[in-house]
Amino acid sequence: MRVHRMRTAALAGIAALSMVVAACGSSGGTGTPSQSSSESSSSQSSQSSSSQQSSSSSGSGGSGSSADAKTATSASDFGGMDGLVAAAKKEGQLNVIALPPDWANYGAIIKAFSAKYGITVNSQNPNGSSAQEIEAAKTNAGTNTAPDVFDLGPAVALASTDMFAPYKVQAWADIPDANKEASGLWFNDYTGVMSVGYNKTKFGEITSLNDLLGAKFKGTFALNGNPTQAGAAFSGFVMVALANGGSPDNLQPGIDFFKKAKDAGTFIPIDPTPATIASGQTGVVIDWSYNQLSAAQQLKKQGVDWAMYVPDNAAVGSYYVQAINKGAPHPAAARLWEEFLYTPEAQNLYMAGGAQPVEFEAMKKAGTLDATAEASLPKTSSPIIQLTDAQQKAASTFLNSNWSKIAG
Amino acid sequence: MTTTIDTLAPVSAPRPARRGHGWRSARSAIGTIPFFGYVAVFLIIPTAIVVIGAFRAPGGAFSWVNILALGDSTVIDAFVASVVLSAVTAAIGAVFGGLLAYVLVTGRPGSISRRIVTAVCSVLAQFGGVMLAFAFIATLGSAGMISNLLRDWLGVETTGAYLYTVPGLILVYTYFQIPLMVIVFLPAVDGIRAQWREATETLGGSTWVYWRRVAGPLLAPAFLGSLLLLFANAFSAYATAAALVTQSTPIVPLKISGAITNEVNVGHADLAKSLALGMVIIVAIVMWLYALLQKRTAKWLG
Repeated sequence: MRVHRMRTAALAGIAALSMVVAACGSSGGTGTPSQSSSESSSSQSSQSSSSQQSSSSSGSGGSGSSADAKTATSASDFGGMDGLVAAAKKEGQLNVIALPPDWANYGAIIKAFSAKYGITVNSQNPNGSSAQEIEAAKTNAGTNTAPDVFDLGPAVALASTDMFAPYKVQAWADIPDANKEASGLWFNDYTGVMSVGYNKTKFGEITSLNDLLGAKFKGTFALNGNPTQAGAAFSGFVMVALANGGSPDNLQPGIDFFKKAKDAGTFIPIDPTPATIASGQTGVVIDWSYNQLSAAQQLKKQGVDWAMYVPDNAAVGSYYVQAINKGAPHPAAARLWEEFLYTPEAQNLYMAGGAQPVEFEAMKKAGTLDATAEASLPKTSSPIIQLTDAQQKAASTFLNSNWSKIAG
Repeated sequence: MTTTIDTLAPVSAPRPARRGHGWRSARSAIGTIPFFGYVAVFLIIPTAIVVIGAFRAPGGAFSWVNILALGDSTVIDAFVASVVLSAVTAAIGAVFGGLLAYVLVTGRPGSISRRIVTAVCSVLAQFGGVMLAFAFIATLGSAGMISNLLRDWLGVETTGAYLYTVPGLILVYTYFQIPLMVIVFLPAVDGIRAQWREATETLGGSTWVYWRRVAGPLLAPAFLGSLLLLFANAFSAYATAAALVTQSTPIVPLKISGAITNEVNVGHADLAKSLALGMVIIVAIVMWLYALLQKRTAKWLG
């Protein structure tokens, strides 16, 4: 009797599973859970900021200055920095988004800005992604809760320039030409430097990537992510390719090196996390310098010296992009925030967080680099290399067809 | 033998003749609304989104771009790897799970060991995802328990790197495939009566004849059905693979999530839909093959 009942049960199960297969594909069409959480967090802050807003706007009187502020392209449109500061103080608020306090020292930077100008900074969805920043600006457009300023990854920034208001900070000339859009739509702020972080206490000094092929690194060398997918891992791969004699247009040496490391049994295809670093499972990790710095601070407590090594001529960076939201609810404060970020004070704060600020070279010349903060950066022997948009696209196509040989 | 024939009667018994039409049948159809609503929301609409999306360019116009992208060598590799992974783990699960189920049935009925094994299997068949991946990493990873024992006692260094590739997935999937086979196949094996074997022997049949002519044909439909269930189970599994394989996208479910979340190569989210369509087609082909086999075995039984 049970035989045929079983048969129907199996068929029902199969039908259920084919639904699962179909439903699994459909997730492409729906939003991610993190997006909905960003909405809920911004709606929370909307309540608090709107109540604060009403009190501050009553004190500001007319909105004439803010209409000018929306189109101001430099501090001189406010009659100089004093005028900008006065206009921003009148607004009294600034909405920033997707700035984690422990990321490139943003916690300290926000605090310093707030203390200096007496402006309340509303930090929304600190762990959001670049795409979510743009999304929030669109959904909250015209309200007090829309973000005033963006801090974006380059791919998203280049695809969203129609959302930006052009502005040139006073220190405009100190930003290298390659790091800004000529009309001021966007400008780079800081970059990590791709580096090899390693447990110096256990393995001693690393002086060449070829050291990583040695037996003592067996099963402990990892790359932070899948380079065909994640920005950090992609830049890490480019760093390895350059260190092995490749160029932004020839990444084959990177594949060759990872192949050697895989054959030597040192490269292990797992995703390093603070947990795998703390447990010693990943004793050598390729990642951004600012992430290495936070690992180092954690490991110090365990008596481990987590050191950074950047190969010669392979200081790969990927600058983040600052831009002002065209529809910023606090246009003067947004412009003051940008002015502040490009002062030596804020640039040194980025550096203390392990990120290399965009004005690094200019500050070096002017002698305004903070020596203690500079010690947080990995030692590099060459200027930072960043792939152009075209090189990046070609490289990602190359990786798509070759990376599976390494971690397939 | 009459019992046997009863057992093998076709699944669909002749329906009672329709009494009355119109509102009466309409009223009885109301009961099916929740079912069809559920199917529409969770099967038909998602499938339609996938199928339509697979044929659209980013702007929304009709396009073959995403379908042609399925011909890319890395995509074909992923489909091959997915099918091999599912077929191998389904075969291993079906053989070992089937044997285990048979062993359980031949034991003393209601024995404590049978109860323990079935209870354990019901738990392990559902034991997947991040927990399972972590269990294997903690056991066989480079800092895993077994790896440490091998290192300390035998001086053998293992990195466990294979764990994060397709062969590793075969090992890990087998962990839930075998118990699942036991659970779904046990009732079928239970249906086998000792008397049938005795009858075969009385009539002069050997063990081979018994399996070839009696038990084999009886169990074949359930076995094939279970095999297909195991295949689909492995084919659609995502969480376990995602937790283990983070540095590449060797199988189709990982490729789908990669197409959606990629931040290096942006703007290929629609490829996810054509990949999903590919998966639907493969499952459809497998089910068609199953139906063919089912027909054959039915003829065999007749």
